[in-house]
Amino acid sequence: MTMDQLKPGQQARVRRLRADGSMRRRLQDLGLTPGNEVCCRLISPLGDPTAYEICGALIAIRRDDAKTVELDCQL
Amino acid sequence: MPKLSSLTVSSERTANLKVKPGQSQALSDGGLFVRRRQPSDYVIALAGNPNVGKSTVFNHLTGLHQHTGNWPGKTVANAQGYCQADGQGYIFVDLPGSYSLAARSAEEALARDFICFGHPDAAVVVCDAGCLQRNLNLVLQIMEVIPHTLVCVNLLDEAAKKKLKVDLALLQQRLGVPVLGMAARQGQGLEQLLPQLNRLLKQQGPTAAMVPLRVAYPAAAEAAIAKLQPIAARYLTEPGMARFICARLLDGDSSFSQALEEQFNLSPASAPELFDLLASLKADISREPGGWEAFQDSMAAAFVRQAARLCQGVTQQSDHRALARDRRLDWWFTSKWTGFPIMLLLLLLLFWLTISGANVPSQLLSQGFGWLELRLAAGLSRLGVSAWLIDLLIHGVYNVMTWVISVMLPPMAIFFPLFTLLEDYGYLPRIAFNLDRSFQKARACGKQALTMCMGFGCNAAGVTGCRIIDSPRERLIAILTNNFVPCNGRFPTLIALITLFLIGSASGWQGSLLGALLLVAVIVLGVMLTLLASRLLSGTVLKGVPSSFTLELPPYRRPQFGRVIGRSMIDRTLKVLGRAVVVAAPAGLLIWILANIRLGTGTLLQHMTAFLDPMGRALGMDGTILSGFILGFPANEIVMPIIVMTYLAQGHLTELSGSALAQLFVQNGWTWVTAVCTILFSLLHWPCATACLTVHKETQSWKWTLLSFALPTAFGLLVCFTVARLAAWLL
Repeated sequence: MTMDQLKPGQQARVRRLRADGSMRRRLQDLGLTPGNEVCCRLISPLGDPTAYEICGALIAIRRDDAKTVELDCQL
Repeated sequence: MPKLSSLTVSSERTANLKVKPGQSQALSDGGLFVRRRQPSDYVIALAGNPNVGKSTVFNHLTGLHQHTGNWPGKTVANAQGYCQADGQGYIFVDLPGSYSLAARSAEEALARDFICFGHPDAAVVVCDAGCLQRNLNLVLQIMEVIPHTLVCVNLLDEAAKKKLKVDLALLQQRLGVPVLGMAARQGQGLEQLLPQLNRLLKQQGPTAAMVPLRVAYPAAAEAAIAKLQPIAARYLTEPGMARFICARLLDGDSSFSQALEEQFNLSPASAPELFDLLASLKADISREPGGWEAFQDSMAAAFVRQAARLCQGVTQQSDHRALARDRRLDWWFTSKWTGFPIMLLLLLLLFWLTISGANVPSQLLSQGFGWLELRLAAGLSRLGVSAWLIDLLIHGVYNVMTWVISVMLPPMAIFFPLFTLLEDYGYLPRIAFNLDRSFQKARACGKQALTMCMGFGCNAAGVTGCRIIDSPRERLIAILTNNFVPCNGRFPTLIALITLFLIGSASGWQGSLLGALLLVAVIVLGVMLTLLASRLLSGTVLKGVPSSFTLELPPYRRPQFGRVIGRSMIDRTLKVLGRAVVVAAPAGLLIWILANIRLGTGTLLQHMTAFLDPMGRALGMDGTILSGFILGFPANEIVMPIIVMTYLAQGHLTELSGSALAQLFVQNGWTWVTAVCTILFSLLHWPCATACLTVHKETQSWKWTLLSFALPTAFGLLVCFTVARLAAWLL
C-alpha cells in the first residue's frame, strides 16, 4: 500500500520511496526512511493535504506526494 | 525562469572569503556581510530545524528583537547580533531553519551556503527535544563541515510535559561535542552557552579531548571518497573540507554543485581530473545491483541511521496524553465541518475586538488633540506667528498628524497584539493546511498562505517571506500576488471607511459586529482574488504544475502574553505609526505647496485633481481620492491623510473627529458607493514603494516588478469600474 491510503489513526512502516530528486531527499530528511513508522493524523477540510506523524513531528504532505511512499501493511 | 537573488552568489563574496586573517575580516552571505568588530571576534552560525527556537536563543544572547512566532519560516533573511562574555566577542548569525544541508528552497540554500562557505568559527545547532532524531540528522551533517559544533537541546519544558526524558550526558558522549539542555523561552540553560562555546573554541576544559563523531558512509561510498579526496584536496585552499565536498559530489546534489562552482571555482572545466574520476566512479556504481539510486539512498540513510542509533537510550517517552490534547485541538481547527467556520470566526472575533475596542480611545484621543489644538493656535498667535503659517501648521500638518494617530493607533494597538498571540500559539500553519487544496487548484504552493499572513503585517516582509517556498515558479506567484492582502498601512483606512460609511445607523456592539463582518468580507475577497490571480499567472506567464512540498504543523504553545503584547506594540504598532507620522509631515508640506502655488486659473492641486477627476469618477471615486493613492505611493499609511488634507485645502474645517470627518467627506460628494470603491481600490492597487523595491530585490528583474505593480492595479481598475457602473445602473 502507499501512504495516501492510510486512514486517520492508522500506522505503518515505510518500505520504499518512489519520489526522486530533491523531494526524495527531503522526505528522507524528515524521517521517511525504510523501517520508520508513520501515522496518519489529520485530513485537511478540503480533503488534501494530509498530516502525518513522522518522528514525533506533524508533517503535511499532498496526496500526490504521499502516493510515492510505499508502506508495509498496517501495524 | 528568472534567477532569484538568493540563489545567486556575487563574485564579491568569493573575494571576501579569501581575506587574510588578522585584517579587517568580512564574510558575506547572499549580500549579507559579517563584519568582526575586532579580529579576535568569533563568528557563530546559529542553525537548526525550522521552528525549534533559534531566534529565541538569538534574541536572548544578543539582546536583539528578531521576530519570533510559532510557525516554520519566520527567519528568512539571516540576522546577526553581537554579544560579549569575559572579554571575548561573538557575532551570532541567525540562519533560516533547515531540515538538511541538501537545500530545497532559497532560504535553506542561504543557511547551507553560510555553513559550508561562510567560514564560521563554530556552529550552535538548536534542536527540538521532542523530535530529537530528525534534528540530529542535521547536527551530523553540520558536524561534517564544522567540527566546532555545540548542540543545544531546546524545548525541554515541552518535552517534560510529554513526559519525555533526554539523557544529555549520554548524547554528549556519543556525539563528541558539547551538548546543552535548555528551555530558551523561559531563559533556562542559556547562561551556560557562551562559557561552553568559549571552552570549545579555545580547546579547554573536559570537552577539549572529545573527538567529534564522524558519519560513516557505506563501504562503497567510503571507497569512492578515499579515491576522490586526495585529488579534491589539490584544488581546495582548505583541505579539511575535502571529505565533505567529495561526499556531496557523490550525493549528486545539483544545487550544491552550483554553489561549489561559484564559491571554490570547482567545476568540470576547472578541475577535469576530479570530475573525470567522479564520472568513472559513478559509472562503476551504476553497474552495481540497485544502481545509482540505491547508492544515493544509502548516502542519505547514513545520516538518518546514525541519528536513530544516537537516539537509542537517549530519549524515552512514556506518556502520549499531552499529544492527545494537541490532536483534539487540531481536530477542531482542521476538520471538515469545523475547520473553516472556526477560521472565519477567529478572524471575525479579531476584527470585532479591534473595532469595538478602538471606538472609545479613538474619540478620547481626538477630543484631547482638539483641546490641544486650540491652545497651540492661541499660543502661536500670541508669539506673533503669522496667520498663514498657523493655518499651515495647525490645519495642515497638526490636524492630519493627530488624525493619523487618533484613527490609526487604537485599532493597531488592539489588532497586532491579538494577531501576534495567534501567531505565537501556532495557529497560522493550520490556516496554510486548511487552504492548501485551493492553492493547489490555483497551481501554487500552500505555504503561500503563510506569506499572506506575513503580508497582513507588511507586504514587503511578505514578499521576502516567499523564500520559504521551494519552487521558484510558485515563489514568484506568491511574490506577485502578495499585495492582495491588506497590510498594516491599509487596515486603518479600511476600518475607518467601514466605520464611517457602511455601518449606517447600527451602533454599539451590533455596529462593531457589522463592521467586523464587512472587514472579514474584504479579507475573504482579497484571498479569493489571490487565488484567482495565482491561477491566471499559472496559466499564462508562469506556466507549470504544482510541485511537491512539505509543511510542518508545530505543536501548540501557550503564548507569552506579556512579551507578545509588549513586542507587537513596539515592533509593529509604533513603527507603523512612526512611519505614517514621519511620511505624513513632508507629504502635508507637499500638499500645502501644491495647494498654494497657482497656475493660471487654479492651484497645482486643483489642476491635478481636476485632471484625474474623470478617471476617478469612472472608478466610483473622485480625482482627490485617486491623487491620494498616487501621492501615497511612498507609504499606504498616508493615503487617507492626503485625501483629508486635499479636501481641507479646498474647503475649511477646524476640527476632525470621526463624525466631522464623515461630514467632510459627504460635503465633498461622498456616498456609500464612493466608500465601497475606495475600500476596494485600497485593497486592489499598486504595492507601496518599499514593497516594489523588495520585489525587485527578490526577483532581480524590473519585468516582474512591473507585473507586481500592474497585476493588482488592473484588478482594482476592473473591480471599481464594475461596481461604479452597477451602482449607477441600479440606483
